Amino acid sequence: MSVLETSVGLALADPSAVRAVEATGTSALAWLLIALPLLGAALLLIGGRATDSFGPLLATLLSWGSFVVGALIVLQLSGLAEDERAMSVPLWDWVTAGDLSVHAGLLIDPLSMAFVLLITFVGSLIHVYSLGYMEHDPDKRRFFAYLNLFVAAMLILVLADSYLLLFVGWEGVGLASYLLIGFWNHNPAYASAANKAFVVNRIGDFALIIAMAYMLATFGGLDFATVHGSAGSASTTILTIIGLLLLLGACGKSAQFPLQSWLGDAMAGPTPVSALIHAATMVTAGVYLVVRSQAIFDLTPEARLAVAVVGAITLLYGAIVGCAKDDIKKALAASTMSQIGYMMLAAGLGPIGYAFAIFHLITHGFFKAGMFLGAGSVMHGMADRVDMRRFGGLSGMMKITWLTFMAGWLAILGVPPFAGFWSKDKIIESAFVDQGNGAWQAWVFGLVALIGAGITAFYMSRLFFMTFHGKARWEDDVDPHESPLTMTVPMIVLAVGSVALGFILSWRGTFASWLEPVTGHVEHHEPVLSVPVIMGLTLVLVIIGGAIAWLRYGRDEVPVVAPVGSFATRAARQDLFQDEFNENFLRRPGASLVAGLEVADDDVIDGGLVGGTSRGLAGVADVVRRAQNGFVRTYALTMLAGIVAILGAVWVIQ
Amino acid sequence: MNLTAYIYLATLLFAIGALVVLLRRNTIIVFMGVELMLNACNLALITFARMHGSLDGQVYVLFVMVVAAAEVVVGLAIIMSIYRARRSASVDDANLLKL
Amino acid sequence: MSDVPWLSILLAVPALGALALVLMPRGFARAREFALGVSLLTLVLAVLAALQFTVGSGGELQLTEVYSWIPQFGVSFALGVDGIALSMILLSVILVPVCLVAAWNDVPADGTRRLQGYVAWMLLLEAMMIGVFAATDVFLFYVFFEAMLVPVYFLIGQYGGPDRARAATKFLLYSLLGGLIMLVAVIALYAEGPGGTDGFLLANLTGLEIGGVTEKLLFLGFFIAFAIKAPMFPVHTWLPHAATEARPATAVLLVGVLDKVGTFGMLRFCLQMFPEASRWATPVVLVLAVVSIIYGALLAIGQKDMMRLIAFTSISHFGFIVMGIFAMTTVSQTGSTLYMVNHGFTTAALFLVAGMLVARRGSRLIADYGGWQRVTPLIAGTLLLSGLSALSLPGLNAFVSEFMVIVGTFQRYPVFAIVGATGVILAALYILLWYQKIATGPKPEEVAARTHDMSVREKFVIAPLIAAFLVLGFYPKPVLDLLEPAVTTTLQHVGVTDPAPTISAEGSEG
Repeated sequence: MSVLETSVGLALADPSAVRAVEATGTSALAWLLIALPLLGAALLLIGGRATDSFGPLLATLLSWGSFVVGALIVLQLSGLAEDERAMSVPLWDWVTAGDLSVHAGLLIDPLSMAFVLLITFVGSLIHVYSLGYMEHDPDKRRFFAYLNLFVAAMLILVLADSYLLLFVGWEGVGLASYLLIGFWNHNPAYASAANKAFVVNRIGDFALIIAMAYMLATFGGLDFATVHGSAGSASTTILTIIGLLLLLGACGKSAQFPLQSWLGDAMAGPTPVSALIHAATMVTAGVYLVVRSQAIFDLTPEARLAVAVVGAITLLYGAIVGCAKDDIKKALAASTMSQIGYMMLAAGLGPIGYAFAIFHLITHGFFKAGMFLGAGSVMHGMADRVDMRRFGGLSGMMKITWLTFMAGWLAILGVPPFAGFWSKDKIIESAFVDQGNGAWQAWVFGLVALIGAGITAFYMSRLFFMTFHGKARWEDDVDPHESPLTMTVPMIVLAVGSVALGFILSWRGTFASWLEPVTGHVEHHEPVLSVPVIMGLTLVLVIIGGAIAWLRYGRDEVPVVAPVGSFATRAARQDLFQDEFNENFLRRPGASLVAGLEVADDDVIDGGLVGGTSRGLAGVADVVRRAQNGFVRTYALTMLAGIVAILGAVWVIQ
Repeated sequence: MNLTAYIYLATLLFAIGALVVLLRRNTIIVFMGVELMLNACNLALITFARMHGSLDGQVYVLFVMVVAAAEVVVGLAIIMSIYRARRSASVDDANLLKL
Repeated sequence: MSDVPWLSILLAVPALGALALVLMPRGFARAREFALGVSLLTLVLAVLAALQFTVGSGGELQLTEVYSWIPQFGVSFALGVDGIALSMILLSVILVPVCLVAAWNDVPADGTRRLQGYVAWMLLLEAMMIGVFAATDVFLFYVFFEAMLVPVYFLIGQYGGPDRARAATKFLLYSLLGGLIMLVAVIALYAEGPGGTDGFLLANLTGLEIGGVTEKLLFLGFFIAFAIKAPMFPVHTWLPHAATEARPATAVLLVGVLDKVGTFGMLRFCLQMFPEASRWATPVVLVLAVVSIIYGALLAIGQKDMMRLIAFTSISHFGFIVMGIFAMTTVSQTGSTLYMVNHGFTTAALFLVAGMLVARRGSRLIADYGGWQRVTPLIAGTLLLSGLSALSLPGLNAFVSEFMVIVGTFQRYPVFAIVGATGVILAALYILLWYQKIATGPKPEEVAARTHDMSVREKFVIAPLIAAFLVLGFYPKPVLDLLEPAVTTTLQHVGVTDPAPTISAEGSEG
């Protein structure tokens, strides 16, 4: 272990799970956070049609109730000294047998509460939005039940005080996501998309299970306190393995390379779902997992490098794919992938990046959710069309949507002083920092992040101009109109967040110091390029990207049918052939294997082994039964021969 | 007189009985062959009883005779019913006990 | 209260109930109600018996009864339960009433003895299942083990589907083959033991330290029987056939409870009586278990008949159970025994919900469905929930046990655990693809018009199972407390101790 890593390790405070004391006051009621939405889901699902009339409203209220509880807890927490901001809420003995002893309990610390606020606030806003968006859906009640279920599961995920309970939330949000992607599963393609999401996630979950197995075998426990507390005494090899497995788990949930293929298809779900689950909260769970497990990642530079590499690859992958998508939701999904790539990259940078990863996660939660809701609003007004080539010139018809979307657009571009500027620029700067493991890393990650920012500017501007500007290219049967208040108000709130949140949270380093008890205090590191240069370069790239997009999609005519395009365009349009790869290298061989085994089971095992035995016995019986010819005298002769033989044998022996 | 001669006689009678059972087709004759074998055994038993000077063998013979009588009753009844059913007393015709 | 022969009473009540049903006049109209009453009485008695069981007192047998039965052969009528046996008995007595309600309309009350026979066989099967789990005399265990085949044979052979005769015969032959091999081992074991008028008592046969080839052969004798019963690859082919042809309620008892005798026997007999041979056989058994997990799951993915699909999922799950048993750590074995309970409920729900679908559509073929979420939303919902339990979603019952098996196995055999854990991914595939084909897609209008959703009776069938999913998922502690001492005792008999966490091992070195 090099000197630098050691110093980094020492700079960190004890993991908050180790310091946590039993909660008092409002925090002791933290279980209400989860219980309220869970109750809502249960009532709406079990109550059935009886709750049709008031169910959606009830679900929305319960979600807000959860937010209020969260806010109160944050209030209590901020009144405490920094190193006391970690509390545990023990719930019940869950699994105890042999070495495995897991008590279900919640961990309240700045990190988890930051997530709680994001989840409950954005979640509740989206509940409100859905009241309008889903107004005419016959299954509205079921939709709200699933939303509540999702909120509860997501809160379990971030509040859990052990990996096992985290896993409950982890798969719980996977289930909610599955149910919501397949909400309109009368369309077979949507049902397949739901399956794909769940199965790909399961690959990540498999890695998590194995990671937990490693933890149990290494540390003798699965709670954060045990694992993080004694991570220092485990061998680096084991920590690296655990770190890589956690990363694979995170890749599944956060749609990172190589498990990214499900996110685009997941846009089959209703748009509020895409905003909440597949942009703002669930997909960021992977980042949470990495940051939460920093005690492990801090000690294993190899695993951290892998995290950063995955983040870097995905941020480019998503950005490239986003450039060619004509489906507004899929373009946004690609952008989500890319932005989460940024967060992963930041988390992979180690202590200098954790806080920025979470910071970007929070601001992204606002502006991306806002843009998805905007996309939903556009679809609402355009009879559920999603093809941007058939949009255009909507800025006049949907003023509020246009303005709120613009706030999100400027935020994601990183234009100062919008939210994204404060968070994304920090990540780019951190990527340029040489942490003593070779300057090439700093250059590679930094340049990737920089270029990614330019591409982001291009594709987001393309999306924005294609939708709201240029000539109207609507089909004849659509009649664009602004959405009702239930939908526009959440969009306005999120737009305010997109505009101001970054500034507010960076003001005197509020957010960084809030997270400091968890992520540790880090001395300022000097990037390989000076900060103003990086900022300037980023802005220039963003402006170039935006300008190209304006020239091609704002000023010029956009063809309503997508041109064939170059090979690169076609590849990006097809998600860089990810589905083709999966189809040819995974699904088809798998299907052939299954078909082969089926034949083998019938023919070899049942037919050959078992059937062979029974046929053999039947054959022997067929031969032997010929002796049974029905002639009494033959039997008598046989008997006589037998007796003679026996007597002869006796005689010989004697 | 040497008692061994009785043993030879018994053996001879048994062999004749066995051959009758094996070679003849008529059920009644086969049945008589069986009786002949039984009686050969009886003779042998009595001879040995005499040789050893014990009564055990003779007691067995009495048992065998009683059982043989019972057997004749049952056996003849079966033969009768088979004959009535199939109009034949040939053993080879009664071959239903096979597949 | 302690001298009440609880287990004998438990055994006698359903058996006498079955006898009474047979003696009733032909066409007795209330046969189903009577049988349900008997099974509920058994349930109440079993709960009372369980209350007599002290959880804290280690893994020894409780509620024991020993009567001399055939002293000349050393056979006793000896009953007694530890935590594992008790939990299996409770599982049986809970599932039987559920199955009786589920099977309410299986056989019409047509004035013949058919209906009486149907429910009487079920009750008799219940008695046999209680007996087989409670027997603490090896010979008595064998008797119940074989006698159990009779009710199942008739339940499949008389009341099953079109190909029932062949399925029942296949089931019987497979089981008899295993049973006879075991009989030889049982007799040989007696010869190795101390003999005498109670020489078959389990207590007299554990800790013999037979050693050598003899012990290995004896182990194999028992193990083959149990492997057939549990079905493990490659002696599993009777199960899909039998489960397909049997009525759903019969299939539940067959797969949910009866097959557990196999894994139960491995724990109780193979490990405890032949510790050395068990350790010798472990690598091969683990390979077979892992193959079962993956093979069963892969085949389940490809099935077109949903009953067969469920049967193959069970083969995969039994692979997990066997893997946990032979990994021989406290966590893995406790996980396996908990899995035995959980799998009972999960499979029961799967079979019964599938049965509800078949009763409505008249086809077991998955391809004949589609869009049923909009035809029968409740049934589709419960199908999904049961499926999620089968793919071990955290929060539902099976997850806790599957997780324990995987991490417990990992403590000693990491490679097996990792390969076995891929079953988790495959499980998602076979369940979700099945659900997708059944429930999603456009609503089939013409079917929907004449199909009704879950009836009140069916809700009563499914409600206790779902309750069990949730309770065992979130609060498995009571059951774990029941199981763990018994597992610890087993492991002591085998003479293995849990591997310590590496960190503490390193800590003690440095």
